[in-house]
Amino acid sequence: MRDELSWYESTARQRLVGLLDADSFVEFLGPEQRETSPHLPVFDLPVQFDDGMIVGHGRIKGTHVFLAAQEGRFMGGAFGEVHGAKLTGLLRAAREIGSTPVLILFDTGGVRLQEANAGEIAIAEIMRAVIEARLAGVPILGLIGGRAGCYGGGSLIAGCCSGLAVSEQGRISVSGPEVIETNRGVEEFDSKDRALVWRTMGGKHRRLIGGAEVYTDDSMASFRAAALYLLELVHALTAGTLEAEQNRLEQRIARFGHCEDAMDVWALLGATDASGVPGMAYADFMTLAAGLEAPHHDAR
Amino acid sequence: MMLADILRSLFPQGHDVKIERGLLFGRGSLPRGPITVIGVDSRTPVGVEEAAWLSRKILNALRTGGIDPILVLIDSDSQRMSKRDELLGLSEFLAHLAKCLLYADAQGHPTVGLLYGHTAAGAFIATALATHTLLALPGADPAVMDLPSMARVTKLPIEVLQDKAKTTPVFAPGLDNLAQTGGVAKVLDPETSLAAQLEAALAVMSASTAAQPSDIRDQMGKERHGRPKAFDIAARVRELALAAR
Amino acid sequence: MELLSYRHTALPRAKGSKQQALVGVVASGDLEVLVERTLPDGECEVNICTAVAGFGNLWRAVVADFVDLRSPGGLKLSVNDGGARPDMVSLRLAQAVHAVTGDHQ
Repeated sequence: MRDELSWYESTARQRLVGLLDADSFVEFLGPEQRETSPHLPVFDLPVQFDDGMIVGHGRIKGTHVFLAAQEGRFMGGAFGEVHGAKLTGLLRAAREIGSTPVLILFDTGGVRLQEANAGEIAIAEIMRAVIEARLAGVPILGLIGGRAGCYGGGSLIAGCCSGLAVSEQGRISVSGPEVIETNRGVEEFDSKDRALVWRTMGGKHRRLIGGAEVYTDDSMASFRAAALYLLELVHALTAGTLEAEQNRLEQRIARFGHCEDAMDVWALLGATDASGVPGMAYADFMTLAAGLEAPHHDAR
Repeated sequence: MMLADILRSLFPQGHDVKIERGLLFGRGSLPRGPITVIGVDSRTPVGVEEAAWLSRKILNALRTGGIDPILVLIDSDSQRMSKRDELLGLSEFLAHLAKCLLYADAQGHPTVGLLYGHTAAGAFIATALATHTLLALPGADPAVMDLPSMARVTKLPIEVLQDKAKTTPVFAPGLDNLAQTGGVAKVLDPETSLAAQLEAALAVMSASTAAQPSDIRDQMGKERHGRPKAFDIAARVRELALAAR
Repeated sequence: MELLSYRHTALPRAKGSKQQALVGVVASGDLEVLVERTLPDGECEVNICTAVAGFGNLWRAVVADFVDLRSPGGLKLSVNDGGARPDMVSLRLAQAVHAVTGDHQ
């Protein structure tokens, strides 16, 4: 059944089909336009017709939305010149229209190194466009649960969104595990320790520490429900929002700044069996999370 | 140029900018009026504490009202790479810092970056690239990633990367490349008054009207032949999205 | 990069009316196929962009088998290859035709 399909295992196009009302998706600048990367051929790397970013509009339970979906299996979902520009253009339109929310289906390792400067500037342009759209009253939601996670500059864009939903498979981090290990040594971070990666950067931890509002399971239905929930929940970006976020982030350092590991964080939050959290099934984790601190809905 | 000389040339009428653990804050006097100054010095990495400190300064400046510009001086490392920073959610701290700068600009405080040293990756995005107009001094060296690390990740010999970098500005580190791709608006002349050059940059920003796009970096990237497609692709998607109901 | 192009004629027309479809992803060991119903009814063209040069004969054979099996008249298929093996190529080409003729898998 479509609703039970794995978000993690799906392609970006399959996620759009699974998320949206049947036959409602219309793509902007689709693959037949062949707007590919002019930079990958310099490295003898294959291009993809949509450059790994699909933008368009559709309906989710009847609500008209704009969408941007990254293909994590193409160049690690990384931001290149064309890839990034498609999202920038979508967000600029959303700001002008004002009444159509934007859903960003993140699946990215960050900047595409072969086009590093273009990717980095694109991310900055996108962040500006996200904030300007939010100031115009447009909800910008992030859905995170793909194979590439949400790393590097992608995680900064996510941090600019009105609200985030993340699955267990999702990871959010600025520096990736390998980069931390290469720069600081295996003692600092063992990138091969998958349990460590997920405790530190994964969806469960992000939900508990307040990095995401909603925790989903790995299904189309769960992400669709999360998107609908967030559409009702999120509200305008104001100076008050930023002040509230400043406070929540400062309090986070004060409370957890001395913690060695995520389990210490969870124990401080009130989880009586912190070591059992990674193994918890979806329903049990949701019960646990609901019993701990609520996310600050007015502070992102 | 050393930071003290930069500050002297920027604010001959005076300033009270102080450094605290590699972070800058203060106020400077320009002919047009006072200006808030924040920044990162001595190639300090930007971790959760640093980002929160800087964003708090911006929010304090916003709370006092007015439309004073905000100058962001940058000589930073990349983001701090550590288990602890990621555990605490560094992405949210860096995004919040960028949001404060972007919000300030939207509220009428022109934000200008002045890159005088290094910056990289996430720190680059959250500071320099979150300003409306990014200026630089010669000798500044911004990077997405250093070339040896890029060689390691892409599994290409560094000589191959250096060779390809001769034909395209799109990936290698360096001020010229970041200027050509539209990230850096202007490289200043260190031999003449920085105050005059900053005033000139602020005057151009004031003259921008609501009719003009607020972010002209993709346009600059196209004009300078550094990013040949971004401007047009964004424009076409915007048109298609506006037409879609 | 190597660009290859194969044209076949006197083919049965691919059924259905869907004008375009896309299958696959340019990932390691995979490929994407964009299929467009833009040619005269009996003709088929397969254009391939691949980073792995020197396998023209293999591609030609795979395409010839595909054409024999799938009746792709009227279709232009454009491939970006991520280094896929022949069986994966055959699969994606077949999926592309199914996607545009409305056959359900």
